[in-house]
Amino acid sequence: MTGSSLLTQISAIALRSTLRTARQPAVLVSAILFPMMFFSVNAYGLDAATSIPGFPADSYLDFAFAFPLVQASLFGSITAGADLARDIESGFFDRLSLTPMRPVALLAGMLAGVVALGLVQGVVFLAIGLLMGVEVSSGFLGMVVLVLLTVLVALGFGGVGAILALRTGSVEAVESAFPLFFVVIFLSSINLPRDLIEAGWFRFIATINPVSYLVEGLRSLVITGWDPQALLLGFGCAVGIIVLSLAGAGASLRTRVAR
Amino acid sequence: MGGFFAVAGAVAWRQIYKYFTNPAFLAPAFFPIFFFVAFAGGLTRVGDVPGFDYSGGYIAFQYVWALLQAVAMGGAFTGFSIAGDFENGFASRLLLAASNRSGIVLGYTLASLARVTVTGVLVTALALLVGMPISGGFDFFGLIGLAVLVNLAATLFGAGVAMMLRTQQAGPVIRTPIFLVLFLAPVFVPLDLLSGWLETIARYNPFTTILEAARGYLVGEPTSTLPAYAIALALVLVFALWALYGLRRAERAG
Repeated sequence: MTGSSLLTQISAIALRSTLRTARQPAVLVSAILFPMMFFSVNAYGLDAATSIPGFPADSYLDFAFAFPLVQASLFGSITAGADLARDIESGFFDRLSLTPMRPVALLAGMLAGVVALGLVQGVVFLAIGLLMGVEVSSGFLGMVVLVLLTVLVALGFGGVGAILALRTGSVEAVESAFPLFFVVIFLSSINLPRDLIEAGWFRFIATINPVSYLVEGLRSLVITGWDPQALLLGFGCAVGIIVLSLAGAGASLRTRVAR
Repeated sequence: MGGFFAVAGAVAWRQIYKYFTNPAFLAPAFFPIFFFVAFAGGLTRVGDVPGFDYSGGYIAFQYVWALLQAVAMGGAFTGFSIAGDFENGFASRLLLAASNRSGIVLGYTLASLARVTVTGVLVTALALLVGMPISGGFDFFGLIGLAVLVNLAATLFGAGVAMMLRTQQAGPVIRTPIFLVLFLAPVFVPLDLLSGWLETIARYNPFTTILEAARGYLVGEPTSTLPAYAIALALVLVFALWALYGLRRAERAG
């Protein structure tokens, strides 16, 4: 590894991270199966909600399609964070710091694995969604943008998973954050548009919750077509989360290496 | 027979002591409370859709599901405790010491009931706090009876799996079927408003009958109460046999 460029180092770690995920069928199955199961239960369980006056879609299946994309990104970040924490727990991270490999390569490689998983999830969900009858109003280009935004969301939340792993160095602590991620998803406009949420306190939380804007950006591509405002807010929030979480992960990495 | 109850009492007392000296015993209440807040708070307008005919309103509609989820997950968590006891060696010593081993199953079941009494009260207190009406009066006890049976069935199912596998990795095997049964039911809207494959599965899911009867009790309009109790009792009986079978397997494994 001596003398190898940062890019080579990142590629090596990214390959390791991707292969580790690919070799755990249980992780892959739960990363695909659970979000699709929840999506399906929501879509057919809440189909009647389309008859609420002012509901923006004719089919709840279309409306709910952002759900598996965001949920999978959040869950993927827990998986990646837990893998990084396992590297710290097992001493791999410490051994790595004795080699010429730069610690930042470990973080970037892990995030590259998150992006790869996000890409696979985005494409697989899109294919299953289309088979189930989801109609993407923005057409083929919209599907590409949908997958791109999903990957950015995965990267942003992957950074949050990295912060948790680097700060705690504990797999258990990272996995304990799972319920919190669930809270963040459900306390958003994931199930109903914000203007149709009756409870004022819930609408307020959904309005300040960035996940609402990620969901609305993704959803606009499916049910509206090209909505510049929703897309700007969606991409803006995704980039904001990426910048903040990577800055936090970088700072956590420096603290971890200094120990 | 004295040994049976003595063992059950000792196991139950140990479990209850463990629960109430560790705040983690409230963990099974987290998801039901959270789902209740998320669904009852965020989906209130769903109560206005044509055909939504539940007279108690949307908060009450969601409360019943959250309560049954809390008691079912309480049963699942007891299964996790049993698996943990096998993994750390306590259960092996217990099997050696117990004069009547069937009492062990009863002990864990009683402890599970004590645990979900607290989590059930928490869910109910929250629902009352956000304005849920209990218009059914004494019929509410019918709902409590069904909740107790659901907890017994889930605990016995979890106990059977935990004793068969004797490792904490049994967690997903216990949790996943319970989660599926809970969600493949009329969670958000009444059965007639479901659509697609979910409607078909929910119609054949025995939990749907229990859920609908429990919702009827809450508003004083009991429906399908006899089938609901019959199904719940049958589940308790089947899973009691399953738990005893698991116990025998654990005995043979030493």
